[in-house]
Amino acid sequence: MDLIDDTPAPQGNQPEYTVSELSGAVKRVIEGEFGLVRVRGEVGRVSRPASGHLYFDLKDDRSVIAAISWKGQVAKMQVRPEEGMEVIATGRMTTFPGQSKYQLIVDDVAPAGAGALMAMLEKRRAALAAEGLFDQARKRRLPFLPGVIGVVTSPSGAVIRDILHRLRDRFPRHVLIWPVAVQGQACAAEVAAAIRGFNAIQPGGPIPRPDVIIVARGGGSLEDLWGFNEEIVVRAAAGSEIPLISAVGHETDTTLIDYASDLRAPTPTAAAELAVPVRLELLAGLDATGARLVRGVVQGVGLRGQRLRDLGRALPRLDSLLSAPRQRLDGAGARIGAALGLAVAQKHRQFDRVAGPMRPELLLGLAARRRDGMRLWEQRLEAALARRLERARDRADNQAGRLVPALERMIAAADRRVQDGNRELAAKGARLDAAAGARLKRLTDRLEALDRTRGTLGYAETLKRGYAVVRGDGHVVTTRAAAEKAASLEVEFADGRLALGARAPRKAKGEEGGGQGSLF
Amino acid sequence: MNDKPTEKPIGAMTFEEAMIALEQVVGALERGDVPLEQSIALYERGAALKAHCAAKLKDAEEKVELIRAQEGRAVGTTPVEGM
Repeated sequence: MDLIDDTPAPQGNQPEYTVSELSGAVKRVIEGEFGLVRVRGEVGRVSRPASGHLYFDLKDDRSVIAAISWKGQVAKMQVRPEEGMEVIATGRMTTFPGQSKYQLIVDDVAPAGAGALMAMLEKRRAALAAEGLFDQARKRRLPFLPGVIGVVTSPSGAVIRDILHRLRDRFPRHVLIWPVAVQGQACAAEVAAAIRGFNAIQPGGPIPRPDVIIVARGGGSLEDLWGFNEEIVVRAAAGSEIPLISAVGHETDTTLIDYASDLRAPTPTAAAELAVPVRLELLAGLDATGARLVRGVVQGVGLRGQRLRDLGRALPRLDSLLSAPRQRLDGAGARIGAALGLAVAQKHRQFDRVAGPMRPELLLGLAARRRDGMRLWEQRLEAALARRLERARDRADNQAGRLVPALERMIAAADRRVQDGNRELAAKGARLDAAAGARLKRLTDRLEALDRTRGTLGYAETLKRGYAVVRGDGHVVTTRAAAEKAASLEVEFADGRLALGARAPRKAKGEEGGGQGSLF
Repeated sequence: MNDKPTEKPIGAMTFEEAMIALEQVVGALERGDVPLEQSIALYERGAALKAHCAAKLKDAEEKVELIRAQEGRAVGTTPVEGM
């Protein structure tokens, strides 16, 4: 590394490089040594900025090389590198002095073997299928007889000739060929543009709008057919308003457009067969149908005529229809007079049959029977009554028999109660007498005692002991004043009363005349 | 495809529509379950349908043209001969 040693002192005669000089020297060596290389590796991160250049990594398990494809190179690529793809890249090595980098300028990328390509194809198919682009529900029905057929293919080559030839055989039609490259880098974009271009044609314009589109290409390698696997083509086919038949490659080749088309034809010739019916067959069929039409209407009329004749023949004559009823009418008319008489006689007989038995004896007999019946009932009634009486009497006797002892028992019980009552009465009477006597004696004794007391307390006894009671004018006088006032005085002694010399009061009262009278 | 081709004027029908309508007419006549008056009208319709179909079949002229395109649009055609 003494090349970049910047010690100022010269160390011999080795030249001194600038950075650019050295970078340039390295660039020349690398570009000279690796002017054309093929590298096999896995594609790493891919980026494509607006510039159109393609930047990607090529790697194996240990190393990474930066790779670039310029815009022009990318446009020419058959297969565009995608992440994870195993590829063989062809190009040249160069350096990028501005970043001290070396890198591979890739001219072309080829899948490393068919397996890798198929794996990528399958991955893409699965992704588009997941979007629903291949759904059966999207498939359009082809028109039975298209007037205009659009063919997307190369105008030079066997394919378009085959298609036109087969169309001519079957049903010559108006064919519009949209010329495209059927392989190479331009293929996919041109095919997609052609499909969209046919769809963009408006009906009624100067160029007729196709009723069906055929996208066709002859057989080829997987790489040759690759354009028909491109997403842009698949999307254009899936988005086509016009029914689209795909016929790419041979029968065994399947490209992604086959999944997106409305019908897949194994070959371009087969596509023509699918597109149009056979004119002559149609003519024959139409003739046959026309014949059936005539036969149908003729037969319809003929059958009706025949039926009419048959019915007319079977229709009976009016006379024959009427003769039988008429005869019956005549017969009936002839019989009707006699029939009335017969009917009356018959009713009469019926009446007699019913009325005959209706006689008085019948009623009497009936009454007698009823009477007998009544009598029988009467007898049965008497007997029944007697039986009932008998039963009642028995019941009464039975109850009477039970009644006497009960009565006797009741009488005896009553007697006992009377005797008990008498005894009790006597006892109570004796007790009453005794009680009354004792009480009387007590009361008498008390009376005598009280009388003695009374005699002791009363003035009569006192009188005996020499005291006297003075009364004036009938009242007891106890004071001298009272005595002076009295008109008459009376003295009571033990053995009687003595009126004292009646002193005449000054104002004597007439009322006391008796006493006074006696005094005078 | 129109599900009811019989409601279309015959002149506007495609070949297939006309064929289907014709088959219906013929079928009805063959079954014989249409009144006589109607069967006459049906026959006339059938004849018209057949003529229409025949005209479509007669119109079988090959014409091949090459599209001239500009920026993805068809701007004209060039007749192609002898292919």
